[in-house]
Amino acid sequence: MTMSSAIKILEQKVPLLKNMCQAIGHSILNVVQALGGITLFALDTIRHCLTPPIFLRHILRQFIDIGYYSLPVVGMTALFTGMVLALQSYTGFSRFNAESAIASVVVLSITRELSPVLAGLMVAGRVGASIAAEIGTMRVTEQIDALKTLSVNPMKYLVVPRVVAGAIMLPILVLIGDIIGVYGGYIVSTHVLGFSSGSYLYQTWQVIEEMDVVSGLVKAGVFGFLVTLMGCYHGYNSGRGAQGVGTATTNAVVTASILILIFNYLLTQVFFS
Amino acid sequence: MTMRPKIEMRGVTKSFGTKHVLQGVDLDIPVGSSMVIIGGSGTGKSVTLKCVLGLLQADSGSIKVDGVEVVGASTRTREEMMKKFGMLFQGGALFDSLPIWYNVAFGLIHGKDVSKKEARHLAIEKLEQVGMGETIADLYPAELSGGMQKRVSLARAIATNPEIIFFDEPTTGLDPIMADVINDLIVQCVKDLGATALTITHDMASARKIADHVAMIHQGKIIWTGPVADLDQSGSPYVDQFINGRASGPITDPQSELLKSA
Repeated sequence: MTMSSAIKILEQKVPLLKNMCQAIGHSILNVVQALGGITLFALDTIRHCLTPPIFLRHILRQFIDIGYYSLPVVGMTALFTGMVLALQSYTGFSRFNAESAIASVVVLSITRELSPVLAGLMVAGRVGASIAAEIGTMRVTEQIDALKTLSVNPMKYLVVPRVVAGAIMLPILVLIGDIIGVYGGYIVSTHVLGFSSGSYLYQTWQVIEEMDVVSGLVKAGVFGFLVTLMGCYHGYNSGRGAQGVGTATTNAVVTASILILIFNYLLTQVFFS
Repeated sequence: MTMRPKIEMRGVTKSFGTKHVLQGVDLDIPVGSSMVIIGGSGTGKSVTLKCVLGLLQADSGSIKVDGVEVVGASTRTREEMMKKFGMLFQGGALFDSLPIWYNVAFGLIHGKDVSKKEARHLAIEKLEQVGMGETIADLYPAELSGGMQKRVSLARAIATNPEIIFFDEPTTGLDPIMADVINDLIVQCVKDLGATALTITHDMASARKIADHVAMIHQGKIIWTGPVADLDQSGSPYVDQFINGRASGPITDPQSELLKSA
């Protein structure tokens, strides 16, 4: 191959290479920009949580919307997770004649991991999506601008109540989920697998420590903050029209779910390493 | 000495990425007068209005309201300034989770610390001023027609007795009769309050009815301004094309104008 033909081929490839680099650079910039935007939004939210005026009635209403109405979905998730855990660990442990470990597996997995993470994910789907859709629609129909012209700060009026309610209500939901989940394992163990109820409960009490429950509740608080923050952030920065609101809703659920999984790992490392 | 204008804009620019929407807007709005900005879609009407309101930050230039600079002002200054403003949004922008009376009373309750009972009373008074009454006070915005929503929105805009009122395309999406009703209400309300008004519209019937002064915006600049009476003798081919609604002319075909002047 001569020198000139090699150069010719290279020249043909250059635009392609340039396009590729451009695309990669563009998406990296987007990610960095989004991370910066979310961080600033979070700091702004925290600042507004600490300064008056506080819309107390709105916070109470969000307690009901975010907390109370999520109870069925979180309860069902916890119940069936507890039940399936008992069933699965029985089939595994019976091979080693270690059936007695079922109670400890159920109670530790539920309180430390499954109840907070699954509750967080369910609430991300239920609450995160609805927050993003509601605030996104308010953005699109200029209701957020209208709030500003009426001298009300939309961060205080819309964002703070939701984030505060999320961070407080999710731990309460998870505590209830803990109880229901352990009860689910108990039902399957005593009614399906034929364990005696006394020894199952005894083992549960033996193995559980304060730290297991507390770590789960701290995780839940963080997840509640993240889910509501993502809903608010994406709704607040929603694009135009129905499509913009749709994208905001999807992004709210996806980023909240991913952040829950990442923070779950980080918090577990902090608590149990 | 002439009176200082209520709103004074000098060389205001605003870009979104590579799109330069405002390219140096100069405009004075005298105290107590009604200024209407006309211009086609996408020429920067809404952006101008939002820059004055402080919903968007201008990139450069100066916007003074009562002699106080808005561009680059602190959040606190802007929040203080917002108390002088009332705004009628294009789509109404009523809060759909709140009943009508609370929508109207919103600025009184949250901005001026009026008690709820008092605010409701004042809200119904304002609703009566725009031709509606207590009967609709407890309904929700979604239960009203477009024209009625506009009226409620107008009542909300004037509820706090603002010194300056902005109207964003007040007649868009209304039938001609309802549009005229809204025009009349705007004229009446502005007169009653003695307020300064800034309206953006492309509805010429509305502009002629509301305006004391008209300004025409084209490609991010004010290209003509004058009293509404001079609108038909503006001497500007751009204004002529716009107010007569012609498909051909310097706005739609810049080349022809260049050739003529060459």
